[in-house]
This record gives sequence, structure tokens and C-alpha cells, in this order.
Amino acid sequence: MDIPKSFLGYKRENGRAGTRNHVIILPVDDISNACAEAVSNNIKGTIALPHSYGRLQFGADLELHFRTMIGTGKNPNVAAVIVIGIEPKWTKRIVDAIAKTGKPVEGFSIEGVGDIDTIAKVSKKAQEFSMWASEKQREECPISDLWISVKCGESDTTSGLASNPTVGNLMDKLEPLGVHLCFGETSELTGAENVCAKRGKTKEAQDKFMKTWSSYNDFILKEATNDLSESQPTAGNIAGGLTTIEEKAFGNFQKIGSREFIDVLEPAEEPSKGKGLYFMDTSSAAAECVTLQAAGGFNIHLFPTGQGNIIGNPIEPVIKLTANPLTAKTMSEHIDLDVSKILSREMNLDQAGDELIKATLKVANGRLTCAEALGHKEFVMTKLYRSA
Amino acid sequence: MAKTDIIIHDKKDNVGVIVVEKVTKGQDCGCWIMENDASNNIKSEAEIPLGHKIALQDFKEGDTIIKYGHDIGKVVKSIKKGDHVHVHNVKTKKW
Repeated sequence: MDIPKSFLGYKRENGRAGTRNHVIILPVDDISNACAEAVSNNIKGTIALPHSYGRLQFGADLELHFRTMIGTGKNPNVAAVIVIGIEPKWTKRIVDAIAKTGKPVEGFSIEGVGDIDTIAKVSKKAQEFSMWASEKQREECPISDLWISVKCGESDTTSGLASNPTVGNLMDKLEPLGVHLCFGETSELTGAENVCAKRGKTKEAQDKFMKTWSSYNDFILKEATNDLSESQPTAGNIAGGLTTIEEKAFGNFQKIGSREFIDVLEPAEEPSKGKGLYFMDTSSAAAECVTLQAAGGFNIHLFPTGQGNIIGNPIEPVIKLTANPLTAKTMSEHIDLDVSKILSREMNLDQAGDELIKATLKVANGRLTCAEALGHKEFVMTKLYRSA
Repeated sequence: MAKTDIIIHDKKDNVGVIVVEKVTKGQDCGCWIMENDASNNIKSEAEIPLGHKIALQDFKEGDTIIKYGHDIGKVVKSIKKGDHVHVHNVKTKKW
């Protein structure tokens, strides 16, 4: 197949391109959710991103909170941002960092004003942003403007056999065209960690990966109260035939095809070494992982599933594919691409990879994903430890 | 092309994955090895559902299961060729 060299995206002030054109109302903290949701209810064309944290966090956990908030606002799928916090200082820190992209952003704080007057003030600004963003048109963008993140979920053995290798096939075909790619799921590479580390392009990347994996593994072993067999693999994984974490890890690893990663990113960190594949240190929980990848700047997501994970994200469209014929049948409203014909050998991986490229470009050009049509917008912050 | 009931990732693997709704006890199953496009047959000794694994050889306690050409866990209860391989007879070596 001749791979199209461009897609229709929204060009942003900083040179990036978006596959979506969202105006987001971003609460800095849990207690500002009500205000953010009231504004998004008032003003059409805006979405609120409520979450559970943002108070009394400190150290690396607080830095991750800021990185996730700022990265979400900077993501090119976002046209304009309103930030609402209880107090002005942390709100301003987020606004100032997002403003560096050149996109419209404005912050509000509730203390000393109250919800009702804040909602009125913010609604006026949100209306202005929403109407401004609605004038933006899609334009031709090079395919290298796609930043593609991947994560699998509710995996079973069909994931490792077919849907994950389909993603790997897409990576093998698109990486030479200059796209950015990202995989994560630190804990779910357990068992395949040494094989994965060898895919680091440099000694530095390899060592950084092993250090990241070991530190995650030490933490899991320290906190574990049993042998973890109840959590990894999950009950859904086991029902689908996956027996051990090692088996799950080698299946997971198929998603990167034959690519090598150039760097290891902190959770929600934006890549800075140019085009190519990156590993991001993330949880293996679907919504947490995709939220971190979106905050790292990725603008379209591929999500292979076996037993039928239903996740979506508010700003990064999540494309689901499955090779499990039962899931494709019983959960069809969640599945953007059915590659179960690989198992019956009516389709090979090369054909499946081409189909996935076509599906990805359709979504990049504006087609809604199943998760978007169904209203899935899971925005889940990763928290590293207890608050002060 | 013969019907494929079982797919094996790598020629070194000692388990295969059922890719039809199920195989029944005593069924003569068609296997396809992805790595080298080879085919062979195995008799199933149990009913095994879609996505679950079948033993391609006899195993005794302590043996290693190989899939994707790699170690994916240890045998904790002996397994006969053609039997169902899963959490009742295989455990992780990791935790």
C-alpha cells in the first residue's frame, strides 16, 4: 500500500498539529471540579477535565501533577485552555507554562470570589475561546505531525498473536516517515525486561530503561501483600488464556514491532530527541497510561484489546482494535478495527497493518472513534504517594 | 490450506494457542507455526477454549514453558501432550 503522506489536522501556534480542536476547562485541584463542570455545561464546545487530586501534594508527586496539567494544556489537540484553581499561585504556574505554546489560555482562582461569580466570569471567557476555536479549519499536515502513543488492555492471547503485532507492523511502516511513537506500561514488561532493554538504540537508553523498570519492580515487590497473581495478569487476562506476567509481557512487547527506542521518558514528559520511538515510564492501568501519554504531547492513540477494554480519553482519540472474534462480535460498538481474520489466516499482518494505518488516518482527519462516540473521556492523574 | 485450530508463535515454543471457539477432547487439530510458516497436527486431550494454550509435549514439574521463543513460566503440576496449559499447572517465575 502507498501510505498517504499527509492528513488533515489543526495547525497550532508552536508548529505542532492537532487531530482534534478541543477547548478545555482544566481544574487545578479536586475542589475546583464543580466550577469547571458548571462552565462546560454553560458553554457549548468546551469540555471540563475533572480529576481527584491537586492539593497538598509535594516533591516528585507534585512535579508530576504540574507536568500532567501543563502537558494536557499544551497538547496540540487542544485549541485553547481555561485553568481554574482554588488559589492563584499554582493556577498561574500552569497558565504561564501553557502560554509558551502561543495558544489562548487564561487562569481563574475561586478563593475570595466563590463558585457562582467565578462561573459567571469564566463562562464569558470560555464562550469567547469556544467561538474563536470554532473558526479553525483543518489543513493539510505532513504525516510526521502524528505523534502516536500505544497501550493495550484487557489483553488475552489473541493480543500477542495478532492485534499487538498489527500495531507493531504500523510502527515499522510509519517510523521511517518521521512520526513520534510512544509505548509505556513499565510493570507489564516484567518477564520481557531484558529483551526490551536490548531494543534501546544507545547504551544510555538501555541503562535508563533497566533502571526505570527495576525501580518500578522494587516498588511493586515492596507494596505487594500476596504474589500479585490476582492483579497481574488480571482476571480478564486469565479468562482470555494468559497464564503469567511473562506471557503477558512478551505479548505486550509485540506492539513495537522491530523498532528501537531512542529515549526513556518520565511520566508525562515531552520527548525532546526528535522523531522516533520513546518508552515512557507509566502505570499499566489504561486510563492512567493514556492520560500521561496525552500529557507528553501525543495526539492519537492505538489501543489493542483482547477481552474488550472500553477506555477513552478527553483530548487524545483512542482507536481500538481486537483480534478476538468473540469480542469483535459481542462488543462491536467499542471496536474501531476488527483484525480477527488474522487468526483464521484470511488476513496477514502486512494487510492488517495497512488497515490500521487507514483507520488511524481516518480518525486523524476527524472521524470519531468508538470511544468518542460513546462519550468515554477518562482523565486519570497518576499519583506517586500520599499527600502531606 | 488446512484449517488452523492452533497457532504457534515460534518454532522453539512448546505450547500453542487455540484460535477457534474451542477444541474438543480427542480432536485432531491443525497447527500453524507463524515463524517459519510450517504446519503440523496434534491430538487434543481436553476441551480447550479460544485463546487458551495446549501442550505440544509432555511436561514434568519444574519444566519451563516456552512461548514467543522465551521463558514464560514454570510447570507446577505435570502436563501431558495435548492437555490444557494454564494457571492450574503453570506459574510465573517472577513473583
